[in-house]
Amino acid sequence: MAQLFEVEDLNVWFDLPNGRKLHAVQGVSFSVEPGTRLGMVGESGCGKTTTVLALMGLLPPTATVSGRVLLDGADLLERGEETVSPHRWKDIAMVFQGAMNAFDPVRRIGDQIAEPMELHGLAKGREAAARVRELLETVGISPTRARSYPHELSGGMRQRAAIAMALACSPRILLADEPTTALDVMVQAQVLELLTYLSNELGLALVFVTHDLPIVAQTCTRAAVMYAGRIVEQGPTEALYHETRHPYTRMLWAATPDLDARDDVVSIPGVPPRLDTELHGCPFAPRCYLAASRCTTERPELLAVGDGHVSACHFSSSVEVAA
Amino acid sequence: MSGFEGNGRPLLEVEDLVVRYRVARGLSGTILRRPQRHVHAVSGVSLTVARGEMVALVGESGCGKTTTAQAILRLVHADSGRVSFDGLDVMSLPQDELRALRRRMQIIYQDPYESLDPRFRVSTTVAEPLVIHRIGSRSERRKAVDRALEQVGLAPAELFADRFPHELSGGQRQRVAIASSLVLAPDLLVADEPVSMLDVSVRAGILGILDELRDQGLAVLMITHDLSTAARFADRICVMYLGRIVEEGPAREVIDKPRHPYTKALLSVVPRRDPRHRAELEILKGETPNPIEVPTGCRFHPRCPVAISACRETDPELRAAAGERGHRAACILA
Repeated sequence: MAQLFEVEDLNVWFDLPNGRKLHAVQGVSFSVEPGTRLGMVGESGCGKTTTVLALMGLLPPTATVSGRVLLDGADLLERGEETVSPHRWKDIAMVFQGAMNAFDPVRRIGDQIAEPMELHGLAKGREAAARVRELLETVGISPTRARSYPHELSGGMRQRAAIAMALACSPRILLADEPTTALDVMVQAQVLELLTYLSNELGLALVFVTHDLPIVAQTCTRAAVMYAGRIVEQGPTEALYHETRHPYTRMLWAATPDLDARDDVVSIPGVPPRLDTELHGCPFAPRCYLAASRCTTERPELLAVGDGHVSACHFSSSVEVAA
Repeated sequence: MSGFEGNGRPLLEVEDLVVRYRVARGLSGTILRRPQRHVHAVSGVSLTVARGEMVALVGESGCGKTTTAQAILRLVHADSGRVSFDGLDVMSLPQDELRALRRRMQIIYQDPYESLDPRFRVSTTVAEPLVIHRIGSRSERRKAVDRALEQVGLAPAELFADRFPHELSGGQRQRVAIASSLVLAPDLLVADEPVSMLDVSVRAGILGILDELRDQGLAVLMITHDLSTAARFADRICVMYLGRIVEEGPAREVIDKPRHPYTKALLSVVPRRDPRHRAELEILKGETPNPIEVPTGCRFHPRCPVAISACRETDPELRAAAGERGHRAACILA
């Protein structure tokens, strides 16, 4: 049986004003199943957001996309907008970064949540209003708030309302781009609890983009670490922490302070490479503590290193020992 | 102790600081003479920072941590309380003496993309405080700038001095911002969320600089919402809720043995690195109430999971527990 949602060899190029091309996403593949949560992590500029925008068909016209995005086995990229738009919001929905600030300030929250339903002809009028109340309840907001304007809600409530809006057409896949970044830790916990509930109870498949590794560790079933447009390690979240097989992942963990740990917090030297020139060898080699001469010439492939666990490193078996 | 002045007092002492903002009544409110309402941003905060000590002021947005820091530096007007810096009464200091004092207390901000002038080269930005305070000759300034840049890890200085902010990464910009504070050789550095805008890969480097400066004797007051960072880098932690410090103590003790229910709840929801970590999450309902109508009694009681009826009446003071010196909580049940 085909997977619910499979991304195969996704590539995205942006045309630059100087005539060059920036290869923002380079051969990304992953899949998600109902009720699972995949975290996508990495430094800014590594291609996380571009990847999820490509899945929604929301990239600007300067972008060229190749690869396959399979929903129930059918390719959404096949004829571009024509094949994506029937599924957008209906099957695949998205919560954007800063979504809580994206509501129209002069329209009631309820009307804005109802909009995608009306757009897709799923419900209107009284029926849509009833569904809005149901959605608000699902995300933990009193249904009477449907008549509120955005400024009458707190940041945490607006973020929940944005999630309610994404859920309006009962999607099966939810892409969330930094959904808790601007929130306080207590409100963040409330939103993470909600997303986990939606996935566990309603079977929603979640793709969770964040730069915050502990959030992935506590929320996601699987994680993909991106670097310079590629997935460099992917696997069950537990394996990524306890049996790390890529030096970049190792160094990201080491750069993250933890409440219970007393180990030194170490930053990662250097910066990610530019993506408008072709890279030779491993893109992480200049910043890597394991780099050898082979790494500067030969690009490592993503290879299996464990059960459902892949890594793109020539020395993946030495990662734990050397760190 | 080396961290204290000759008279045995910490460099910075804040006592019972109160900052209120008036809420605009609007035209109708003024005509109808509705009572003036206030935002109680800071309601009686006391804290100390010694030389060679890093104190973290933690709490959620709107709890008053940034206002506290601004009032300490006299960037906002405090309604009452006392701020003493090296024995000087900051709040009653005349303008010219305040200016001299500002050399010794510096602040760095959250956003290194906005705090640097995009038209200034790095050397101009870092030298500006010296120019404003009319310190040194041109060549002396140049030397001080190079020294400050190297102190924050932008070495060799000549590689960075002539660059513009857009030629620098976020982490490098924040280093420049720190260098322009250090160039005046301050005694106190206030760091307002110094790494929250930066990538995780460079945060440790910035925090490491603050760590080192602290070891060299600088007093650091760090404002942060990130308990993991406070736990790892601060000597002491003050937890703020709705304009008050509700718990304070040595960092490890506050983290390992929290006594205030609010601190306990906050710590329970901080995500940990280890996916196997499973703790009972204590998720508080709702959000911090607005500081215009502060609850009676203990200001945390409406959200407190263990509140008893007495909590509605008694406004608890910070008290130390038996045998725990310097660890205090404002809770009648602690």
